[in-house]
Amino acid sequence: MSFGPKPWHQTSWDFRAAFNFIFGGAGAGLLVIAAFSGLGGNSLRAEMLFAMALIGAGLVSVWFPIGRPLRAMNVGFNPFTSWMTRESFAAGAVFVLGLAAVWFGSTPLAQATAVAALVFAYCQGRILQAAKGIPAWRVPALGWLNFITALTEGAGLFVALSAVFGSPAKSVLAYFSLALIARGLAWSTYRGSIAKSAARPALTVLDRAGKVLVQFGTIAPLVLLLLGMLAADLSRIALPLAGIAALATGWQFKFMLITRAAYNQGFALPHLPVRGTR
Amino acid sequence: MTRWAMVADLRRCVGCQTCTASCKHANATPPDVQWRRVLDLEVGEYPAVKRAFVPVGCMHCDDPPCMAVCPSTATRKRPDGIVTIDYDLCIGCSYCAVACPYQARYKTDLATFAYGKATAAEEKRFDPKRLAVATKCTFCVDRIDAGMAKGLKPGVDPEATPACVNACITQTMSFGDIEDPHSNVSQLLAENQFFRMHEELGTGPRFYYIWDKKEAEA
Repeated sequence: MSFGPKPWHQTSWDFRAAFNFIFGGAGAGLLVIAAFSGLGGNSLRAEMLFAMALIGAGLVSVWFPIGRPLRAMNVGFNPFTSWMTRESFAAGAVFVLGLAAVWFGSTPLAQATAVAALVFAYCQGRILQAAKGIPAWRVPALGWLNFITALTEGAGLFVALSAVFGSPAKSVLAYFSLALIARGLAWSTYRGSIAKSAARPALTVLDRAGKVLVQFGTIAPLVLLLLGMLAADLSRIALPLAGIAALATGWQFKFMLITRAAYNQGFALPHLPVRGTR
Repeated sequence: MTRWAMVADLRRCVGCQTCTASCKHANATPPDVQWRRVLDLEVGEYPAVKRAFVPVGCMHCDDPPCMAVCPSTATRKRPDGIVTIDYDLCIGCSYCAVACPYQARYKTDLATFAYGKATAAEEKRFDPKRLAVATKCTFCVDRIDAGMAKGLKPGVDPEATPACVNACITQTMSFGDIEDPHSNVSQLLAENQFFRMHEELGTGPRFYYIWDKKEAEA
């Protein structure tokens, strides 16, 4: 039994911080699948530029709310313990390698960019996990959920774009299906790990967001993928829809996670003071 | 090695907020920023109602999560355990604020004053360095350092002691070196039952709350 005021929602990070996880995750996921999908030439260049634009949009978004934007370079001073510093280094590597890959049209460089993007997505998950003041964020399962949803969103975006401009390879669809299933499982693990620690209003918000993630972000895209594979004439509609559903539900989940479910620890007294006679 | 710690005897606190007022005065914090504040908790239902006043603020943790996450190294820990913020390095990302389980950190983006326009005193003490960066309780580190330089003892000599402790009308708050077994705080903790807030998180807060006498005496 403990006593104290109920936790309240943090007011430090808003939708602009959420956009960093939303755009950054999807961009990183897109880089990964684009680099290993067998794509080459201008198609690979376009996908990579779009993915880097997404990551850049996320970073610009999070740059606006910082109190001292002209000191933004100071973000790189603590690689020893800060996942935010590590994220910034990974982002730097993504842009340097990515732009070189685009310039030279090099697949090995694109794949090196994808590795940096994986590190970037992992760092984003660890940023949330290190926020000890927010019970719904500080569990290791969230780090993995954030990482896996980044891969899933990127795959969804890639499938949607590929279906519009042609037809995605079977290996890409297999990767997308696996990512969808992994994300569903990661959500389930995450939900279990916060059952006792997160504030009740946070759980209410997350349950709603999780329901959307499972129904419209896992089951629906898998059904659409199956439809697309069984009926070729439906694939031009089913595959983009599956990709967009995976992307949009991942984004809504992260938006809710940062802006609606981030209740703090509150205060808690394990004992009340004993005064006067007993 | 000296390790500064704060002890609050919850049996004594009457919730007068004098510590809050003295902190605001000593540190010239703007409106809505309370480095030292006192929670007013009411527990239970009539007639079995209990009330507790709980001073809170930065706990100057042994393993401060705010320091680990800080990307700019603005948040640091001194050898005596005091957690500090370098206002010239801080980028105001607020990562420390979401990492702190004690809601101890503040960020004020615009200069605000108690009555709209700055009074002469507010104008004189206004520090633009503190705008748009993280701020928090410093255990009145300037007073401690200046006092010690004069050979005074923090927690004993008021000139070297945090303002909130000096101002407390009920002697709820005590400050001292927890590594010294003869210090006031060590003595208080030896004689009473105490807890630390959110100890299960492993942050090692150095703010101790006394709630009862030791079992044998109780």
